[in-house]
Amino acid sequence: MDWLGPEEWNAVLLSLRVSFWAVLCSLPPGILVAYALARWSFPGKQLLNGLVHLPLILPPVVTGYLLLLTMGTQGAIGGLFAEFGIVFAFRWSGAALAAAIMAFPLMVRAIRLSMEAIDPKLEQAGATLGASPAWVFLTITLPMSLPGIIAGTILAFAKAMGEFGATITFVSNIPGQTRTVPSAIYAFLQVPGGESAAIRLVIVSVAIAMAALFLSELVGRRVASKVGGRNA
Amino acid sequence: MLEVSVQHRFSDFSINADFKAPHGVTALFGRSGSGKTSIVNAVAGLLMPDEGRISLDDDLLLDTSRKIRLRPHRRRLGYIFQEGRLFPHLSARGNLAYGSYFAPRNAPRENFDRVVEMLGIGQLLDRKPGALSGGEKQRVAIGRALLSAPRMILADEPLAALDEARKAEILPYLERLRDEVSIPILYVSHSVSEVARLATSVVAIENGKVTSHGPAVDVLGDPAVLPAGAREAGALLTARVETHHEDGISELNAGGIPLFLPRVPRNPGSEIRIRVAAHDVIISRNRPEGLSALNILPGIVQEVRSGDGPGVMIALDTKAGRILARITRRSAQTLELSPGVHVHAVIKTVSVAPHDVG
Repeated sequence: MDWLGPEEWNAVLLSLRVSFWAVLCSLPPGILVAYALARWSFPGKQLLNGLVHLPLILPPVVTGYLLLLTMGTQGAIGGLFAEFGIVFAFRWSGAALAAAIMAFPLMVRAIRLSMEAIDPKLEQAGATLGASPAWVFLTITLPMSLPGIIAGTILAFAKAMGEFGATITFVSNIPGQTRTVPSAIYAFLQVPGGESAAIRLVIVSVAIAMAALFLSELVGRRVASKVGGRNA
Repeated sequence: MLEVSVQHRFSDFSINADFKAPHGVTALFGRSGSGKTSIVNAVAGLLMPDEGRISLDDDLLLDTSRKIRLRPHRRRLGYIFQEGRLFPHLSARGNLAYGSYFAPRNAPRENFDRVVEMLGIGQLLDRKPGALSGGEKQRVAIGRALLSAPRMILADEPLAALDEARKAEILPYLERLRDEVSIPILYVSHSVSEVARLATSVVAIENGKVTSHGPAVDVLGDPAVLPAGAREAGALLTARVETHHEDGISELNAGGIPLFLPRVPRNPGSEIRIRVAAHDVIISRNRPEGLSALNILPGIVQEVRSGDGPGVMIALDTKAGRILARITRRSAQTLELSPGVHVHAVIKTVSVAPHDVG
């Protein structure tokens, strides 16, 4: 791909890396939170639901600023992480964190919906056959919600690829460090003569988004037929 | 032996049930909405009752006074649900094998191939539940419960969701289950004919309470216990097949009295149970002459029980066993029926349907 300059190429690779880690690290908590919201009743459930969905409703700049306050090296949680050598502020890991937070509600929502569609009576049947709650989750709930997990993962990946507001507020726009594709497009548009580079990145973005959608459709359909399709 | 004593209060309904289920098939028998399913769910651990004690042989499953509430997966009871509840993401084979992964290694367990053969599901093993018919699903569900090495099988109206043809398809498998597998079964049903065919003892449930329990012959022959209503009442007779006559009639022997029934699909010498519906029995003071009906059983009236309607239920003891007859109050008065009166019970041969015989 010679037609991408080294700076643009960097941005694409960085975006892929940021999105990959954002999705990978938010998948386990995403499944857990989705399961808790779908199956458990506990005090503070509505609060958790609200917190998870907050990034969807807040202006991304606000989310980014809140991240800066809490997760920056001076922040309460960021300081703790810094003790262990994990620094988020102005690093690519911070971009991944911002992308994960912004994509989290989409992921949880997709997984939760597919978990709620599972008849709890099937989980009861598993229990009467001797499966402990953990085994019921692993052998019934999880495989049956696989279409939702895949859809949520791909949706979250696409969202992470496009995250801009929270990222630029939290970790700025440092070339090679935090300059993801959207940030790069924004930067190219700020300088005279940068439009052709911006257009090339736009084309890459569109291509990646289309590929993600196509993949999710394909995998979703295959898994849905594997998981049973018609109800038993 | 399963011993159950549970009390539970729902918002508009309460359950207060005490009974024992010995080995064999115990039917929890009552109308829909009488609380049968809630009682079975309490046994399975899917419903935690407010108060109660449930034990199976020497094991306590529940004792609220001692705060013992075994979780469902620790009870090791095979549950056959009304709707099958097969796992849609697993093949029939995967469903059948599911329970055996979790059974203790030393638990006595059924042989996979034998169960598959007994239920006739060898051809279906690689199919997903979505590609099975209702009857096939239910047979797989029976096998799944059986293969989880259960100490007891709970069956909650396993035939209720099926049409008559499918019921007739499954019933023989349930009979084989009763006769070939030594695991006790608690069988929930509102169908008299199912209970009459399968149950060795019956627990009659009404409004969440046990109204009667004991051997199937006693409970079904008791005119005071009509959990399914007077229309469905009918006593059980035990008879031995003598011969099959050429005109399509089978001759049976019930306590020394010959009975003629439409061809019974059993070999001479085998013992069968016959449900005689109360509304199919005619009562006569004298031995009737010149009557088309083939079965005439002399007996003594034990009880005349009248309800609100125009009908009365007569219980009479014959040499063949207890028989229930439902006749009008007017006839009972004309015939001057009261306990101790000698009468004849008349049963038309063709009134005994094939599903009443088993």
